[in-house]
Amino acid sequence: MELVLSLGIGILAGSGVWLLLRPRTFQVIIGLALLSYAVNLFIFSTGGLRTGAAAILQAGEAGTLARYADPLPQALVLTAIVIGFATTALLLVVLLATRGLTRTDHVDGREREP
Amino acid sequence: MTGWMDHLIIAPVILPMLAGIAMILVRDRWRGATVLLGLASTVGLVVLAIMLMVLADGPVVRVYRLGDWPALFGIVLVLDRLSALMLLLTSLLGLAAFVFSLARWHRAGPHFHPLFQFQLMGLNGVFLTGDLFNLFVFFEVMLAASYGLALHGSGTARVRAGLHYIVVNLVASLLFLIGVSVIYGIGGTLNMADLANRMRDVAVEDRALLEAGAALLGVAFLIKAAMWPLGFWLPATYAAASAPAAAILSILSKVGIYAVLRVWLLLFGGDTGASAGFGGTWLTIGGLLTIAFGTLAVLATQNLSRFAGASLMISSGTLLAAIGTGQVAVTAGALFYLAGSVLAIGSFFLLIEIVERGREVGADVLAVTREAFGTGEEEEPDEPDEVGIAIPGTVAILGLAFMICALLLAGLPPLSGFLAKFAILAPLLRPSAAGVPAMTWVLMAALILSGLATLIAAVRAGIELFWASPTGRIPRISLLEIVPIGVLLLLCAALTAGAGPVMGYMQATADALYAPQGYLAGVLAAPPAIPPAIPGGR
Repeated sequence: MELVLSLGIGILAGSGVWLLLRPRTFQVIIGLALLSYAVNLFIFSTGGLRTGAAAILQAGEAGTLARYADPLPQALVLTAIVIGFATTALLLVVLLATRGLTRTDHVDGREREP
Repeated sequence: MTGWMDHLIIAPVILPMLAGIAMILVRDRWRGATVLLGLASTVGLVVLAIMLMVLADGPVVRVYRLGDWPALFGIVLVLDRLSALMLLLTSLLGLAAFVFSLARWHRAGPHFHPLFQFQLMGLNGVFLTGDLFNLFVFFEVMLAASYGLALHGSGTARVRAGLHYIVVNLVASLLFLIGVSVIYGIGGTLNMADLANRMRDVAVEDRALLEAGAALLGVAFLIKAAMWPLGFWLPATYAAASAPAAAILSILSKVGIYAVLRVWLLLFGGDTGASAGFGGTWLTIGGLLTIAFGTLAVLATQNLSRFAGASLMISSGTLLAAIGTGQVAVTAGALFYLAGSVLAIGSFFLLIEIVERGREVGADVLAVTREAFGTGEEEEPDEPDEVGIAIPGTVAILGLAFMICALLLAGLPPLSGFLAKFAILAPLLRPSAAGVPAMTWVLMAALILSGLATLIAAVRAGIELFWASPTGRIPRISLLEIVPIGVLLLLCAALTAGAGPVMGYMQATADALYAPQGYLAGVLAAPPAIPPAIPGGR
């Protein structure tokens, strides 16, 4: 379980960083999206991984983290997803505006002369 | 916690939020109403900030528990001297930039007013919150508004610079999230005060991971503060942004400094166990490199906006280097420097927009070419339809304002810039048994050399603009534009005149930052607003 999750986060983050460093805006935005998936999974995993644990407290038992998953990272990841989604959407608009204004989709380079 | 005075702490977040929402609802149909709302909100924020500053100037830390949850479960807003200082600086700069924008800039694009209010809301929230994840949320509110403001007025240069700015900040936000979650995974809490208490009990094998998390968090903050290898986005973005937006954005770099001060000193300052002082050397070295880069940029630039951006980097570097020394008295001097530089750079960003208005695009580059090749050409005296009145002696006023800005930025006597640099250096040079360490001499040289470079660049630009202006056209300015600049510069003068009491406040702030027992006790022992009727009834 841990291995699969770590590998998943690692692959997502690695591809994200690689795409982020590419010259064209579309690659950058996909890279950012992949990176944010990796980060969200990472936050989720800080609550501890457990299979088959109860989501909420059982009746008549004291709350202890040994019996159920820590709910706080789940709340954090939800907030992070919403904020990341909104800012990525904003970036997408700016990306389209840049494409329209500069007639190129390079981040800061220029098209090779034909 | 029942009187209305207790709710004052959350008012700096609520007021601009409500004003911004109301502005979106009235849209641009009644521009007058929008402007009035904005004016009421920004003036109200100044009044609120002054009241909160009076409230905060005492040993007791004020705590506002959202939803009346205890600090460990809910989010708390905390008001101490540092928060109150930052709130006041933000509100003053906000008011100045807002009034300046009324002359013309607020018509340059849609939704300027709501974005401006949300920007203020985000900034105030960052300065007030006592919770690490809530800090992230307010960072995002602030940044989302700043993306809009940076793009205000549109145009290719703004959109291009804005794209870089947004991408860099999105990556910084991701780093912030990783840092926060690592810290939560080990510390088990997000409340900054609780975290500081738990620092001493972190197991040895977890300590390296915790420090790595804190370092990631630090990188996110230092990207905002534009520390050297992380700050290449700053000059381009701020030079491209419209003047009022650039003025309000200039305090965003101080947000990074604030976050470093707050989080670093809580988690790694004083007696916080084995990790105490973690990263201090890095802050100093990074700060020195930032000063060096800013100094070269100031000398190299031919564009006034980039000059302002470069001096902003110098001020960030100075602050980081001073904070990194980890001494109480030096930090007090740095806080004094922070107050002065926020006001000075804010007014400088507003001023250069007026000064550059009279000149054609690319005039700066042309001026240098002209010196080399001597191709003076006549300008046709076309008058654009600008609002405002021509003040007699406009150039004299602008020149005086420019000179004051240059003195403030370069740190020459008699203004506050000099006093601030003196306040930073004097405690470092205090004779001790071990002598003065080499780092102090480097810091001193960096401060003096950066001041010299700023002065050279400012004199060069000033001669070009006010003495040997090749166009000779007097820019038309309205009172709405020159008054905010004048007020900001007067405030700097007041800082100089009232340096004694101000320095006393800064000293008390620095003392509280290095000995946060009052902060910790205040946050963790905050009493509930409504005493529970049945004990344990929740």
